[in-house]
Amino acid sequence: MQTHTFKPDLPPPALSVGVVGWLRANLFSSWFNSLLTLFAAYLVWLILPPLIQWAFINADWVGETRADCTSGGACWVFIQQRFGQFMYGFYPSELRWRVDLTLWLAIIGAAPLFIPQMVRKGLYGLAFLVVYPVVAYWLLHGGSFGLEVVPTSRWGGLMLTLVIAAVGIAGALPLGVLLALGRRSDMPAIRVICVTFIEFWRGVPLITVLFMSSVMLPLFLPEGMSFDKLMRALIGVILFQSAYIAEVVRGGLQAIPKGQYEAAAAMGLGYWRMMGLVILPQAMKLVIPGIVNTFISLFKDTSLVIIIGLFDLLNSIKQATTDPAWLGMATEGYVFAALVFWIFCFGMSRYSVHLERKLDTGHKR
Amino acid sequence: MQTTANTSRPGGSVWTDPKVRAWVFQIIAVIAIVALGWFLFDNTQTNLEKRGITSGFSFLNNSAGFGIAQHLIDYTESDSYGRVFLVGLLNTLLVSVIGIVLATLLGFLLGVARLSPNWLVRKLATVYIEIFRNIPPLLQILFWYFAVMLTLPGPRQSHAVLESFFLNSRGLYMPAPVPTDAFSVFLGAVVVAIIGSILFARWSRARFEATGKLFPISLGVIPLLIVLPALAVLIAGNPVSWSVPELTGFNFRGGWVLIPELMALTLALTIYTAAFIAENVRSGIQAVNHGQTEAARSLGLPGGKTLRLVIIPQAMRVIIPPLTSQYLNLAKNSSLAAGIGYPDMVSLFAGTVLNQTGQAIEVIAITMSVYLAISISISMLMNWYNKRIALIER
Repeated sequence: MQTHTFKPDLPPPALSVGVVGWLRANLFSSWFNSLLTLFAAYLVWLILPPLIQWAFINADWVGETRADCTSGGACWVFIQQRFGQFMYGFYPSELRWRVDLTLWLAIIGAAPLFIPQMVRKGLYGLAFLVVYPVVAYWLLHGGSFGLEVVPTSRWGGLMLTLVIAAVGIAGALPLGVLLALGRRSDMPAIRVICVTFIEFWRGVPLITVLFMSSVMLPLFLPEGMSFDKLMRALIGVILFQSAYIAEVVRGGLQAIPKGQYEAAAAMGLGYWRMMGLVILPQAMKLVIPGIVNTFISLFKDTSLVIIIGLFDLLNSIKQATTDPAWLGMATEGYVFAALVFWIFCFGMSRYSVHLERKLDTGHKR
Repeated sequence: MQTTANTSRPGGSVWTDPKVRAWVFQIIAVIAIVALGWFLFDNTQTNLEKRGITSGFSFLNNSAGFGIAQHLIDYTESDSYGRVFLVGLLNTLLVSVIGIVLATLLGFLLGVARLSPNWLVRKLATVYIEIFRNIPPLLQILFWYFAVMLTLPGPRQSHAVLESFFLNSRGLYMPAPVPTDAFSVFLGAVVVAIIGSILFARWSRARFEATGKLFPISLGVIPLLIVLPALAVLIAGNPVSWSVPELTGFNFRGGWVLIPELMALTLALTIYTAAFIAENVRSGIQAVNHGQTEAARSLGLPGGKTLRLVIIPQAMRVIIPPLTSQYLNLAKNSSLAAGIGYPDMVSLFAGTVLNQTGQAIEVIAITMSVYLAISISISMLMNWYNKRIALIER
């Protein structure tokens, strides 16, 4: 008997493995691709080196006045000097610990909700949502238990941006869920009211809503009843955003199979129990990513309060760039603002993607 | 609500009858809405009386008395507020239309680049999208306006291209075509060429369907579109003369000018919206099953036709609905013009006119209804298009 011994495999051609292989497959697979690569590389070369030069290599990091910026690049001294104003607005500097404490309480308080092993998460979450706003308002605004009053006109900077975003979503979510339920209702009058409300707010830009809440709301209210500027902006933001939340939630409600409604009805559950115990828990789970996305757009929209004269992060920076002592710092200021907004929005969008993967339990059919 | 409302139970009390309950709830809701409306109306009446504001739209006939930096129709300071409204509306529409066209082009390009087999191009598109869709549009507008446009050199040191395009802190100046006597002849030739092309395309298609013989449409259309207008130019002379901007004193005269507000707004809105459109395009293309490409190839369709006849029509079905809402967003975001003082609907009407007249309710109502009308017309147009290309199932 003759035995066959195989010769060892030949190595793959040198041009198709390793760095060269990767380059050939991904960058130079055809003449058109090679051309594209060269063009893209040229673009990168055009943008990146000057940018790095400006933002890092030639930048001035330390100093106190504009005169310390001598090297011709970005003048980050400006940001560093005005950092307090960008974060807290005109909040008195000796009371800024109250803002910090509010933020830390939010982080510490909300942290358990992100621990998967946590028991009674719902109950804790509910308690947190009830207790925290009261504490936060007391800390930020003051006025009782020995805390000095800081009127909302002195709030500003990133803190105001976060307050508007947080109150906006907290107010818009319950209203939006009710509107979504109303839009899916069998009662024609309720449905018409909800559809009109939703379509109206979705059809107009937030800017006109803010204008409306700042110039028309005082006319609508009876004599002697008035809100401050921030409150008026918040009412506008909540009404506007609730319409968008309603549409997101409606998508979730529509994705729940009819059998679920029928099964709940067959169990003898009334409308509110059917919705509260069977439908909404499933629907909300489906729309969490959508709600996070709505929140991202709300967060970006908070910058519009600049139009009615509130000093959020963007407006604080805009004002600082018009300061005669720091003229010509517009680029640094806006780049910093963009960076802050970008970090928040990108972080949230990553979180939304992560949630989408985690919650995808194959309910769709 | 889905199922309970239709079952009436004989024998129970009236209150447990779902139909009765539904009626009661609806009546309560309507009464509450009407009462709220009356409450607001009543308050407004009292407040207006107290402030001595007469409501009504007669203020639209009053003279405005302020100048506007950019007007597409004739406007002088003595014109009425009604005219201001028209100017603002046209400026809003101008930005929206330019923005939509540019954002669509850039967005489709980026969406395709995001799926490119080329690693570098793919990554660049991703970086672009992730950067620009996560920065608030208002911030981008302010950046382009305050940090870029206003820091450009003055008119005397402006960047010049070919001695006819000038970019400076007052805007982009470019040559404007001025129609000459020969323009009508030229226009006529173009119209004839277009009609001829349409007829030719129809004939070519009819022949293809009757005999199966392919006659490339471009072979007939392109000469037609080039030769006829060229003949018109040869016979009647140049249809347009160019009015080139010239530096006189401290500023340019002649030609067209794009004011920096318009450029900043268009740039920011285009860049911002294109990032979203790119994502819609990417998901639309990815939604088309790869089997479709393979099936088209196995039928013998070449690459270009596969794309044009098989992939794009199916991808468009997925792309159109989110694209519609991006267009709507862009039109609504154009109102951010108020942040840099571009004379659009909001900054002219809800800003200046409101401050001058104090007619808050009328002005805001007009502004909001304009945006509602724009939103409704865009969504109706896109719904019509969507219905046309929608999948027709059994």
